[in-house]
Formats: sequence, structure tokens, C-alpha cells
Amino acid sequence: MFTNQRRARVTTTQEPPAPQADAQEYSTHPGAAANRLFGGLSAGAATLILVTLAAVATFLLIEAWPAMTASSAELSDKVHWLGTESNETLLATIGFLVYGTVLISAIALLIATPLSIGIALFISHYAPRRLAQGLGYLIDLLAAIPSVVYGLWGAIVVIPVLQPFYEFLERYLGWIPLFAAADDGSVSGTGRVALSAGIVLAIMIIPIITAVTREVFLQTPTLHEEAALAMGATRWEMIKMAVFPFGRSGMIGATMLGLGRALGETMAVYMILSPGLTFSPYILQAAQHNTIASYIALQFPEANQDGVSALITMGLALFVITLLVNMLARWIVSRRADFDGAN
Amino acid sequence: MKIATRTGAVLSAAALTFALAACSPSNEEEPTDSSTAGGTESDAPEAMELSGSLVGAGASSQESAMEAWRAGFQGMHPEVTVSYDPVGSGGGRTQFTDGATSFAGSDALMDEEEYAAAVEACDGDMGAIHLPLYISPVAVIFNLEGIDSLNMDADTIAGIFNGEITSWDDAAIAEQNPDAELPSTPITIVHRADESGTTENFQDYLVKAASNWPAEETSGDWQGASGESGPGTSAVVQIVQDNTGAIGYADASRAGELGTVALKVGEEYVPFSAEAAAAVVDASPLSTGANGENDLAFELDRTTTASGAYPLVLVSYTIVCQQYDDEAERNLVTEFVKYVASEDGQNQAASAAGSSPISASLSERVIGILDGIAAG
Repeated sequence: MFTNQRRARVTTTQEPPAPQADAQEYSTHPGAAANRLFGGLSAGAATLILVTLAAVATFLLIEAWPAMTASSAELSDKVHWLGTESNETLLATIGFLVYGTVLISAIALLIATPLSIGIALFISHYAPRRLAQGLGYLIDLLAAIPSVVYGLWGAIVVIPVLQPFYEFLERYLGWIPLFAAADDGSVSGTGRVALSAGIVLAIMIIPIITAVTREVFLQTPTLHEEAALAMGATRWEMIKMAVFPFGRSGMIGATMLGLGRALGETMAVYMILSPGLTFSPYILQAAQHNTIASYIALQFPEANQDGVSALITMGLALFVITLLVNMLARWIVSRRADFDGAN
Repeated sequence: MKIATRTGAVLSAAALTFALAACSPSNEEEPTDSSTAGGTESDAPEAMELSGSLVGAGASSQESAMEAWRAGFQGMHPEVTVSYDPVGSGGGRTQFTDGATSFAGSDALMDEEEYAAAVEACDGDMGAIHLPLYISPVAVIFNLEGIDSLNMDADTIAGIFNGEITSWDDAAIAEQNPDAELPSTPITIVHRADESGTTENFQDYLVKAASNWPAEETSGDWQGASGESGPGTSAVVQIVQDNTGAIGYADASRAGELGTVALKVGEEYVPFSAEAAAAVVDASPLSTGANGENDLAFELDRTTTASGAYPLVLVSYTIVCQQYDDEAERNLVTEFVKYVASEDGQNQAASAAGSSPISASLSERVIGILDGIAAG
């Protein structure tokens, strides 16, 4: 919304070719050329992003078309990894993958959101200034670690540590389907399961969510905070009354940013998870889930032409999911706009 | 007659490259010597100065060996550039039959259609042939404390990987290993998550040699019980290393400190070794669809009873034309592949990629075939 208005304003100052005399008058102004140049550059940058997005969408559609239009029998004939297990079609495979992607991202989000908000609050409202600064840098540093390093660290260091904890979960909470053991009565002996992927993804998205929510919390008008405190609120009550309502849309936006990264994350899942294709809820068993991005990375190197097309169809599905998530986030933010800041 | 043509070829090749070639007979002599152990008539290349670029593509299994061959060959012929794109076996064959590359690397044999396409792509009407120049044993690796080697027949291995045998002290394993102290640890099976030639050869062995493997057709995708899996050899080895009781399969060169399985062949148990892997290729018959006697397309005999043969191997072929339309291209291809087939080349690959050198007799045969490749 805002960007639209702003762009509209820019174009109105630019578009009506001002009367000749005016233009001449302006052009004698030393900053006029730079002004026009800058306006053009920023409009160009904004257009470029739209063009890129359209180009990506077009590419996905064109490349996915052969796989989408082919009959499923024809396709699994040419693409041998379709239908290897239970004769599933492309659509069914995408179904499994979408489920896996959403499940693992949901686990990550469930873990990361409360933690991130806690960290952000600590930095913005609890920690002494110097500690807060240091902590902020550290969190930003976490965001700079490449995902392949997270993947390696997860696969080699984290999983062996988590595995005994999974056995504990199964022993005492095994009656919850989520933590149920396989038929032979045990959870995965290696820990290469959806929960591990979710936990490592959570660690990966914490910096993003934290960084954004911290900035939002810091924007809370001091007057609101002081007013709350003056009325006798404790610090927690002040946060509840002043900081959270003010930062709500920011928190949602930050969470969605994190979700976006979790949905598309490839390497970490690729290296941590023993993949499988099912709709099972068992997050402590191996060979149950996989995500779209990781599946594409896995199958692409040896895929033939039809295979690539099928993989791109999956990419298109991921694109659509991300789009929906972002639209949902926008909608939530706009609905909450009334409760923002000033009131 | 043959010698005359070769001399002619040599002369014209020398003429072609005369202007470019920097004469370096001293570094030329030694390596070609070792590559020409096979026959007298291939002595001719010693005088040949090659130049130009040679392009190949195909199986990624050969990638690290190809890197060693490329370096070795370019060291002998500084004017030559060899490039190899590890696009995968299928992609390599397609590029070759499209005429985009001079040779292909492939883990699988060409099918009828591809043979026909190769006739189109190659000069003359003799089409293309397979040369088995990269043999890599696949080891069944496991992680059990204090046990370095276990004996198993194909049925036991299939039983483990299809989920029937779930504990290390199962009778099927214990019977064949009376001396080993087997723990009651549950078995964790580990396989490749991606499609791979290693999986394909491992499953091909189980399909042909075991009676209880569920799949009937070989595939590069996993067909056994779903268990743990990882992308690529490194991941599989890593998972087996990290977990006591895990069993998987990987390039033998990557087995490291892990325990390995000796396969039952005939009445004895054969652990993997370079010689044993080369022996099974020599003991195998040629495929029925082969393109004449020069086409060394082996139908690997997984159920061989030949003494000392290790049937769980990955054989990757170099596919070349029987006739090239361009003499310079022919010379580049034959000289390069001769180097690959030579003892020197095979040893280079063995140290770089952990492959098993082909036997001396096979090497001789390949060099003989390469000498017969014509230029039209």
C-alpha cells in the first residue's frame, strides 16, 4: 500500500512533462539532474523486482508445463523416481512434499517464534545497554552463517546429541502420535528425523525473527511505556500493555519472514533428514518426510528432461505456497493495523 | 597394410600439428612406453605430437579418476586440453549420440536406440563401442565394535536390507560367522537418498544373486526397506560411522576404518580387493546386445563362482566411436583412451579415485581395439 502511494507520488512529479519554461527553470538548478536521475533509478529498481518476479513465475510455468500436462502414467514412465514406492503420481508426490515442507517449517516456527521474541525482548527491554549491544551483534552474526554449515553442524554434531532425548520423548510421551515409535518399538537410531530438521531450521530462523522484532520493540513510543509504568504496571505488564500491541504486526511480519526462509531452506534439510514420502505424523521416525527444496536438490543431479520438468512443477508449488504465506501475513497485518501504535 | 595406414595417419597428424607443436621428446617418451606394452604397432604414437581439445561428458562416478587422467595426459601432451563434464551417465550418452562430445562415460550400457543413434553420430556405419576402463568395488560397510569383517551370502545381505533381519545376532549372520562375537544391537540400514550408480550396482547384485530381494528389476533408486538415508557417498559413510549397528554400502575406497562384508562366491568368502574386482569383469560374458566383438559391453556375472572374484563392483565404461570423420579427433580420442587403459593410467585412477586397475589382459585387449579405430 505504502509503496504504491509513494510510487504514485514519484510518478506524478515526473510524468506530466512540465511546461517548457518550468523545465528550463528547474534545469538551471544544480540538483535537478541528480534529482531526476535518482528518481529514475529508484523507479527502475522497483520495476526490476517486479520484472524479476514475473520472469521467475513465467520460467516456472513454461518449464513445468510439459510435466503438468502429461498424463500421470506417461510421466512416471519417463521419470523413474515417480511412482517407485506406491505408484504415486506427480500430484501425490507434491502432496507428500508439501505436507513435509509445511510440517517441518511449522516445527521450526513453533520453536523459533517464542525464543526469538524472548531474545528480542531481553535485548530491547531487559538487558543492560552494553550487553544488549553485544548480544545484538551476535544474533546478527548467526544470520550470516551459511546454511550448508548449519547442515553439516546439524548432521554431525547436533543429531547425535538429540537422539537420546528422542528416546526419552518416545518413552514418556510416545502416546502422542507425534512422538510414536515405529512398529519395531524404537525411534530412529540416528536422529535423522523431521524433528531434528525442524530444530536446526529453528536455529537458522531465530536471527531473522529476532532482528526484526527487536527493531520493532525498540520503536515503541517511550511515552506509552512510561505511561504504563506510571500507572503502576510492572515491567511485564508494561510490555503486555505497550510493547506487544505496538509491535504485533511487526512480530507477525518477522515470523512470516522466518517462515519464508524455513519453507525454502534446502541444504540443512538435505543433509539432516533421512527422506521419505508419507503423510505420517511421526516426527521421530526416519524415512517419513521430505521437503520440496530438499527433494529437488536430491533428484536434480541425475534427472532427465522430463524429470527436470517435474521438479520445476514442485518448485512452482513451493512458489505458490510462499506467495500464499506472504499474502496471509499481509492480510493479518492489515487487519491488525487498527490496534497499532497510537491508540 | 595396417602399419602403412597408421604411418600415414601419423605423418598427416604430425603435419597438422607441426606448426603448433613444441617438441618435447624427453617427457614424451617415458609415459607412452608404459602405455604401449600391448603391441608393437602402437609404438607409432611416440612420434606423434598431439594438440587440440578433447571433449567428453558422462558418469559422475568417473569424475575423480577422469581428473587424474586429464592431468596425466595433459602432462604428456601440453598442447592438448581434455575436458570432461560429469553430467551423469544418461546425459553423457545423449551428448555423445548428439555428436556434441567425442567420447562418453557411462555406468550403464547403451540401449538399442542409443546404439542406433551412435551409428548416426559416428562416421561410417560401425557405431560406437564400450570400453570398461573404470572398475570400482562397492563395499558393504558396517559399524560394530571390535568386528572388522563378516561373512555373508547374498541372501543374508538382502535379508538385512529388506528389513527381515533386524538384529546383529540373527541366526543367519551367526551361522556364517562362527568366530565373531555378535552383539544383539538392532541393525540400522543406511542407503543412498539420491539416485546413484552405487545403489544401482548394489541392487543389481541383490536382484541377481539373492533369492529374497523384493524388486525384480534393477534401479538406481532405493527399493529395499526404508531406513536411514543420506545424499551421496560421504553422507552414507558418515551415518554408518556415527551409529553403532549401522550397515550401508559405499565405494570401497571410502570404507576406511569401518568393517566390511566378505561376499560368498561359490563356496568361499571373498573380501573386496582390487584384484578380486578386476577378476569378476574378466570372468563375465559380453552382453548379447553388444556391437560386434570390439564392443566390450560386459553382462556382469553377479552370481559368478570364479575363485577370488568379487561380484559387487561398479563398472563404468568409456564409449567411443569405431570410426571418426576427423583424423585429429581420432588421434586425440585413441591416444587419450590408450593412456587411460594403460597400466600407468589405471594406477593413477587407483590412487586418485580408489578404483581397481583393470587386468593386464583386458588392458592389452582395449589397446588393441583402440588401434583399430579408423578415421574416415
